This record gives sequence, C-alpha cells and structure tokens, in this order.
Amino acid sequence: MGAAARFILRRKGGPGGRGWHWTDIVTWVWLIGGLVIMFGPAVWLTFSSFKTPAALNEFPPSILPYVTSQATVEGYDKPLQLYDAKMPDGSTRVLAEVRRIGIMAQMVDPKAPGEIIRVNINDRTPVRSVSFATENYTEPFVHFDFLRYLWNSVFVTVVATLITLIVNSMAAFALSKYEFRGRNLAMLIILATLMVPLSVIMVPLYSIISTLGMFNSLWGVILPTVATPTGVFILRQYMLTIPDELIDAARMDKASEWQIYWRIVLPLTAPALAVLAIFSVVWRWNDFLWPLIVLSRRELYTLQVGLSIYSGELNVQWHFILAMTVVTMIPVVLVFIFLQRFITTGIAGTGLK
Amino acid sequence: MTMKSILAGAALALMSTTAAFAGDVRIMWYSDGVEGEVMKDLVDRFMKENPGINVILDNVAYGVVREQLPVQLEAGNGPDIARVAQIKDLSRHWLDLRPLVKDPAYWDENFGAQADWMRPDGSNQISGFMTQITLTGGFANKTLFDQAGVPVPGPEATWEDWAAATKKVKESQQIPYAMAIDRSGHRITAPLLSYGANYIGADDKPAPIDAGAKDYLTKFVGWVEDGTMAKDVWVSAAGTTYRAAADDFINGQLAFYYSGSWQVANLATKIGDNFDWVATGSPCGPAACTGMPGGAALVAIKYTKNPKDVATFMDWFAREEIVKEFSERTLFLPGHKAVVEKGGLSFKSDNEQAKAALTKFVEASKTTSDIALKLPAWRWSDTFYAAIVTRVSQALAGELKIEDAFGRIDADIAQKVKDAGQ
Amino acid sequence: MTKTAFSSLLMTPVNALMRIVDAPLRRLQKATGISGMAAFFLAPNMLIFGIFVLLPLVINFVYSMTGGTAFFLSERSFVGGEQYARLFSCVDYLDPMSCQEDAFWTAVGNTFWFVLLQVSLMILASLVTALILNRDLVARSFWRAVFFFPVLLSPVVVGLIWKWILQRQGLLNYILYQFGAEPYSWLTDRTWTFAATIGVSIWAHMGLYTLILLAGLQAIPKDLYEAAEMDGTRPARVFWRITLPLLAPNLLVVVVLALIKAVQVFDEVYVLTGGGPGTSTLYLTQYIYETGFASALRNPGLAAAASILMGLVLVVLTLLQLGVGRRSENKGKR
Repeated sequence: MGAAARFILRRKGGPGGRGWHWTDIVTWVWLIGGLVIMFGPAVWLTFSSFKTPAALNEFPPSILPYVTSQATVEGYDKPLQLYDAKMPDGSTRVLAEVRRIGIMAQMVDPKAPGEIIRVNINDRTPVRSVSFATENYTEPFVHFDFLRYLWNSVFVTVVATLITLIVNSMAAFALSKYEFRGRNLAMLIILATLMVPLSVIMVPLYSIISTLGMFNSLWGVILPTVATPTGVFILRQYMLTIPDELIDAARMDKASEWQIYWRIVLPLTAPALAVLAIFSVVWRWNDFLWPLIVLSRRELYTLQVGLSIYSGELNVQWHFILAMTVVTMIPVVLVFIFLQRFITTGIAGTGLK
Repeated sequence: MTMKSILAGAALALMSTTAAFAGDVRIMWYSDGVEGEVMKDLVDRFMKENPGINVILDNVAYGVVREQLPVQLEAGNGPDIARVAQIKDLSRHWLDLRPLVKDPAYWDENFGAQADWMRPDGSNQISGFMTQITLTGGFANKTLFDQAGVPVPGPEATWEDWAAATKKVKESQQIPYAMAIDRSGHRITAPLLSYGANYIGADDKPAPIDAGAKDYLTKFVGWVEDGTMAKDVWVSAAGTTYRAAADDFINGQLAFYYSGSWQVANLATKIGDNFDWVATGSPCGPAACTGMPGGAALVAIKYTKNPKDVATFMDWFAREEIVKEFSERTLFLPGHKAVVEKGGLSFKSDNEQAKAALTKFVEASKTTSDIALKLPAWRWSDTFYAAIVTRVSQALAGELKIEDAFGRIDADIAQKVKDAGQ
Repeated sequence: MTKTAFSSLLMTPVNALMRIVDAPLRRLQKATGISGMAAFFLAPNMLIFGIFVLLPLVINFVYSMTGGTAFFLSERSFVGGEQYARLFSCVDYLDPMSCQEDAFWTAVGNTFWFVLLQVSLMILASLVTALILNRDLVARSFWRAVFFFPVLLSPVVVGLIWKWILQRQGLLNYILYQFGAEPYSWLTDRTWTFAATIGVSIWAHMGLYTLILLAGLQAIPKDLYEAAEMDGTRPARVFWRITLPLLAPNLLVVVVLALIKAVQVFDEVYVLTGGGPGTSTLYLTQYIYETGFASALRNPGLAAAASILMGLVLVVLTLLQLGVGRRSENKGKR
C-alpha cells in the first residue's frame, strides 16, 4: 500500500530513483497510450490528406500515401503503370501494363517493349512508391480564396474575443462587486442560460439577425456569440476572490468606478481573462454551423465555411476537404506550440474556483 | 489599442457588407465535381461579353442549398440565381422570366419538358432550366462478374435476377456485399415504381403506401439482412441524410451499385483502369424497368434587385452552344431539347467506359415510366422520399419491424400534409 | 526588460484611451451614484445577451405555440399547446416507439445515457490522467500538452478524423487486419457506434478537465501529505480524506462544465455518425436542428416545443447543481 501512496502522492521533488515499480509502469503505459491515441488520429488525417482520391478509398489503407509507379516505354505515348507480375514459371518480373481486357492484362517488359506478355490480373501487384499528392493543397489554393477566408476567420476570432473580454468582464464586475436590485435576477438568468446551446435557438436567432440586417455580415456571426454566460460565470467567480477592501481603499483615494474596474480589478483578473481569451479564440476559430447559416457570400466565408464547399449533393470531394482541414488546423497548432506553457499555466492559475 | 482595433474592424466590416451594387448578379452554386470550375470559366466569358454585369459565383456546400436557402428565401434574403435540386418545393420563390427573356418561345421549345418541375402548379412561368438531367441506374463491376464466371444479367433482368447473380459473384469473389443502393429516397423510388408503386393519390395528395412499394421494401430489407445488399450505407446515418455507396463500388467491393448518371465522371476518374465497369440501366420489376429522372436546375429568384441582368445572364447561359459546352465538359446529360436531339455531344473524357456508360443512360431513359416522369413535378415527392429513408433505415437497424415502418411512413406523410395546411 | 518595455509601449495608447473615457464616466457617476455605475457596467452585456440569447428564447416559446411549415412568425397560425400535446402523445410512456414523436423520445433517452456515461467516464479518465501528470515526471509540460491537444480542434474536424478511423476502410480495421481480423463495419453496429460517440467526445474534451484537476492537485499543500505519511495513514485513506475533499471545488467546476458540454453534444456526432445507425446516436440537439431546419419533414413549431422542454430540464439541472455546489463549497471551507 505504500506503493499506492507514492503513486498517488508522489510529486515533483519527491523521492525517486528507487528503480521500477508497478506504478511507474502504469504511468508510462498510460502516457504512451495517451500519446498514440491523442496524436495518432491527427497524424493519420495529415497523411491521408496527401492521398489521391482513389488511394483514399483503398482497403486495406496504407499509412503513407502511395501511388503506382509509372514508366515511359518506347512505342507508347503515355507513361505505363508498373506491376510485379508472376510468370508461369514462378519467377517475378517487373512489367508495364499496356491495357487490360477483362481479367487478362497485356503487359510489356519496359526494357524489351517488343513482345506482349499476357498475365492474369490476379497474378500482378502494382509497384508502388510513396508520393504526396500535393495537388490536394495547391488546387484549392488556386480557386479557393484562401487569404480572404483566413482574414475573415482572423477578424471574427479577434473581434469576437475582444468584445467578449470587455463586455463580459464589465458585467462580471457589476455582478460581483455591487449590491443592487435585480442582481440576483440577472445572475439567475445568466446561469439558467448557461446550458442552452445555440443550435436550439437557431430559428428565432436567424429571424432576429435577418431583421437587424446582419445576414451576410460578419457581425451576424460575431454578436450572437459574445455575451457568453460561461464567460460571465468564470470571470465573476474569479472576481469574487478579490478582496473588497482593495476597492474601498481606492474609493477613499477618490478613484472613479471606471478606474477601479480598469486599474484594479482587471489586472487582478488577468489569469481568468487569459483563460477566457483562449477559449474564445478556440471557439470562434472553430465555429461552423452558425457562420454557415449567416454567411452565404464567398467574400465573407470563414475558413471553416470555405472548406465545406467541397461537399456536393451527390459527391464529397474528400481529398480537398482533408487537405483544407489540415490547413485550418495549422494556426491552432502554432498558437498551441507557442503559447502552450501560457495556456496550461493560465488554466491552472485561475484555479477556476 | 482595443478600441482602435474595434473601430478599424467595424469600418472594414461595414465596407465588406455593403449592399449589392447595381449590375451585381450573385449565383449560389454547389459542386459535385468539376462543374464549379467549368461554371467559373463560363461566367468569366459572360462578363467579358457583357461588361456592365458583374456576376459573382458563391460556391457553397450542397447542405447550404438544401437547408439554409429555403430559410433565406422565406426572409427574402437569397441570391439572385441559384442551382438547386428541390426545385418544385420552393417554386413560389422563383422569378418568372417569361416577360424578361428575349425569346420565350426558345425557352418553351427547348426546356418545356422540365418547366413544370420548377414552377407553381398551373402557371406557365419560366423559372429557369435544368443544368443537368439525371437518371438513376445501375453499374456493374464487369471484371468481378468475369472472374466469377457469371454472366452480367441482361436488360430484361429483374431485381431478383440481379440479386441471384450478384450473390454468386459475391460468394465466388469473397466481396463483402453483392449490391448497394444509395441512401436516398429518390434512388429507392425507382425500384419501388418498377414493382408497381404509385405515390400519387386520387386528389393529387399522397396516397398511403401501396402493395407494390411494400413488396419491394420487404425484399430490400430481406436482402440487407442476408448480406446481399450493403448495410453500411443505409444504417450509417439517421434521418434523411444522403449517403452514397460509390466508394465501395470504386474499391471493387460491390458487384452491382444502383445510383445514377451523375456518378459516371466520378467513377471514371477514381476507378481508372482498376477494373471494367458498365452502366446497366435499371433492373426490372413486375410493372416496369424504370429509373427515376431528376437533376439540378439553375433558377432565378424573385427577390432579386436586378431582374434584367439576371435575365440577360440566364439567356446567355441557356444558349444552345453554351449548354452543349457545359454538358460536354462536365459529363452531364443536358436538359436542352435541341442539344439532345441533334446529338453529337462529344463528352470531354478519354475514358471509353465513361462514354459507353453515358450512352447507356441515354438509351435507358426510354423505359422511364409515366409515374417516374410525373414525380419530379409533384409537390409531395420530397416528403415521400424523406419518410421512406428515415423509416426504412430504422427497420434496417433493427429498431422497427418493416410492417411497422409502413405505418410510420404513412403517419409521417399525413402529419406533413396536415402541417403544411396550417 | 525588453518584454516589459514592449508591453508598456503597447499599453500606452490603451491607457490614454481609458483616461479619455474616464472623464465623462466620472460625470455619469456623479449624476447616478454608484448603483448607476453598476447598471452602466452591466448594460452592454445585458443588451447583447438580451437580443441574441434571451429574445430568441422568448420567440421560441411563441413559436412552440404555432403551427405550419413557415419560418417567420407572421405567417404562422396559433395552435396553442398542440405541439406539446403531440410530443407527449404516447401509448406507453416507457416505450419511445409507442409515441407519435418517437424520434424525440428516442433522442431524450439517448441523450440521458450519453450524458451519464460520458461525464462519469470522462471525469474518471481526467482524474487518473491528472494524478499521473502530478507525479514526478520527465518533460511534464510535454505530456500535459499531449492530452490537451484535441481540445483545440474543431468539433467538425474531430468528427472527421474519427470517421476516417472507424469506417470500414478505416485505420482501426487496418490495424485489426494486421492481426488477421476481418474488416468490421463499426459504424453500423448500434452498440459500438454509441460507444464511439462517447469515446470520441471524451477524447476531444478530457484535456481541459485534466488541466483543471491538475491545477487543483498542485494547489494542495505538500505538508498535509507529509503529515499523513508520518502518521502512517493508509494511502487509500489519504486519497479519500485529503486529496478528494481538497479537490472538490475543482471537481465541481469540472462536473458543471462537462455536463453543459455533454448535453449540447451535436457537431462531432453529426459528422461522425449522422445520428445512426437507425436512431441509436440521435441526440436532442440534432433532433431539434433537423426538425426545425434541415429535414424535408421539418416543423419549426415542434422543434421549438422540444427545445423549450429541453431548456426547462437544463435550467432545473443547472440550478440544482449550483445549489449543491454552494452547499458543498461552504462545507469544504475550513
């Protein structure tokens, strides 16, 4: 049982170097398993995004993108595909396929293209090599207004986050540091709507947006999301921990209420603000359904909406969708890599009490 | 900093939301394949020839056309022109181009056959035209049949014949499923009609689901249960979501795949030289050997601020040579009478199998039944399709008995008719 | 040094702006007093909140009393409680299939089980991960990042990634195939699909909760443990008597946030399973979205009625939780 205690209790700087113990094994199995399960899928998606449409459909799939090798053979205009063909005598030769008729393939030796060899198609396997179908990326860039979509996404994310921070922190300040009539009611309403998802009020929200003339406007995407009850809730909980004495002292010094908010409360709330900012950025960057409804002009598309245009009525062009998905993931991953420490300690720092 | 950037942002946003300029024509367009690019080319050419008109092509997901466009239209918000597939359901929002186009007689002559599909019942409105006509039909993996030594069933073969033949192929070639049908009410309606179903009641309202429909659906469920028909496609979604089984066919996992003419280009590119495939037309039933016609239309929308420019564009795009070029480059079957009759479409594909398949579809269209031709112009078709897909896939997933599913289908449709009357 | 210089440079215009704003606000404060300032601070949020959250809820209520297929209220006819009656018209209240709106009750049942299983399993997984990350680890910030990474992905991407793994020609079957197993259609099996939606949403969200719990663990004073160890307290007891009670406030936050997320589950499941097979992963939000918006059988009034019912349950649930939370928080204070 002492072992279990160490497992649960051991912390940085605790006793170490006592050799391997079963808790260490559990730890490392858990961590390595976590690494595979958490990162593996994204890596798989990234590799898949480099496959040709035909390769995407294959089973068994390959981890890396492969294509069949080709060779230019004398006497044929187009490059021919190469196969490992099993010969009647049991040997294997690399042959190029000229054409296939039913279940027989007509093949030639690329080095001696004169003679046609007939091979049953079950006796040949394609010679394949790793090849990245970069056209999945380049082609959308040509007729996909990437920079425009990127700008719209950044605009929505940044503006929505700034408004969220300002408006929510002001409200949280009022709700945590003032006594006034209706405070409890306001708090109750905010808490009550904490759980209501946007998709549930979509129809009436749409009619409001359209009445206000915000249809096909980035503001129609931004405004409905900024007064998040979650934000007010998190910030208020944090502000409650700021001692009232600080504020009273400031009032003695003739500070205005605005100064108290701006110079005292906001700086002290920084960790909670950071957390809300991070969430807001992630949420707004990833928003899909609502922008899809509000924005139907291509110059207003955000990235998430932009990549959806490859879903047709009858076919979905997966190769483009996967590639563009990877592209939209890149900024998030970059933000993550650079702000990792900040994000994790920020969340830890708020304590989120 | 914050305030400044908000102000700057506001200014920018205002700039980007300014109302439509005179001369702007916005087209909402979705793509299944290359047609978006072809359209872009054509639009550019149009603008060069008509410098005063600025056409903007908004590419969207089909989901937007299906789900969001109806709401936009009710709010009077939509684009000026749209490519849509539920053309009858929304027909009260389409603009009547009759007084606006140069030569209404040309439109009546060439697009008259499908004009009813996209206008309110009883009017003579010209709403637009079909960018493509589609016909449902089957595809067989000929290589698999050859390898199994099973002959591909002929044009008179029934669904049972196909089931028997493909089952043999399945067993000999060790493929997971013998046949598949797309998860779509429109697709499955074709065999239902071949088995004698009729959706249209005496007063033009939906009829209760009849013996012919029950007959085929019961068989269909049986086939899914015994592994003849692919299960994945139908049960891997809830509600009315569309799912295609094309990937399994492309991957050589199916002997027979029932979909439609629009798959030809897709199959040609993705299958390449992996195996031989042929279009087979629609298998028969006791009543007919019919496929379901359908397609997408380009329609003008009533709420446009530039009806004249819209009409100019529609006139231009409906020109015979443009329709012909569009069809050739997209491998779509055209809905333009003169183009069809004159023939001589040279589809831009070096794939012989694709060309043969397209020819087969043109040929198969001759056996289309009368009811099949009526359904696209019937107001309740979508309601029927939705109810059938929803309930039948529940039966396939084991949540409902198929007999109960029939009752549910009738109830769903009756409810929708009642809702619409309110 | 440079960092602070840079940030002060950045803050100068902001501070100047704030000073400019301050003068008129002082005048306002003189006129209305301190309580007026409370209203001023609350106003912008309440305005936006009122228009874009509260008003839609009210309109939704009105919607739920109307019938027809039109979207805009002016074109809809008043039908009173008919939509609610329709939702509640069942032969046997224990069997969703006997109801007129069987899909609604199926969705309610599915959502209930989803929330129960997803929240409890996820908190368990997060707690274990947090305990492990709290150990003396090499490169802890890296491991922390590993578990947090999926939180940053959009729900659509999450659904897409896993669809690509679980479908018949997906990665999972490929791995099993290496061990000689036949490909299996995971997403056509009701039980597996339901489990997959739970697993995937745990995958996507557990990183956040792990971090919150980890923060709580690190805030527990070390000397408490040292004292316990000196007293020879059994480790299980230490966990139940020290770790868990001191972690309670963080656990409460985690439970509240996780419940909110779980009840709203939609995007990733919609992409992954579309609600299938049959209706086995049809959750409430999807039912409401499809009934109100997407399906050819749509009926916005019915969707509104369903969302009002859902809203009522959620409000009760939230308030209950916060009530419990407040009591346990008071108890936890020492």
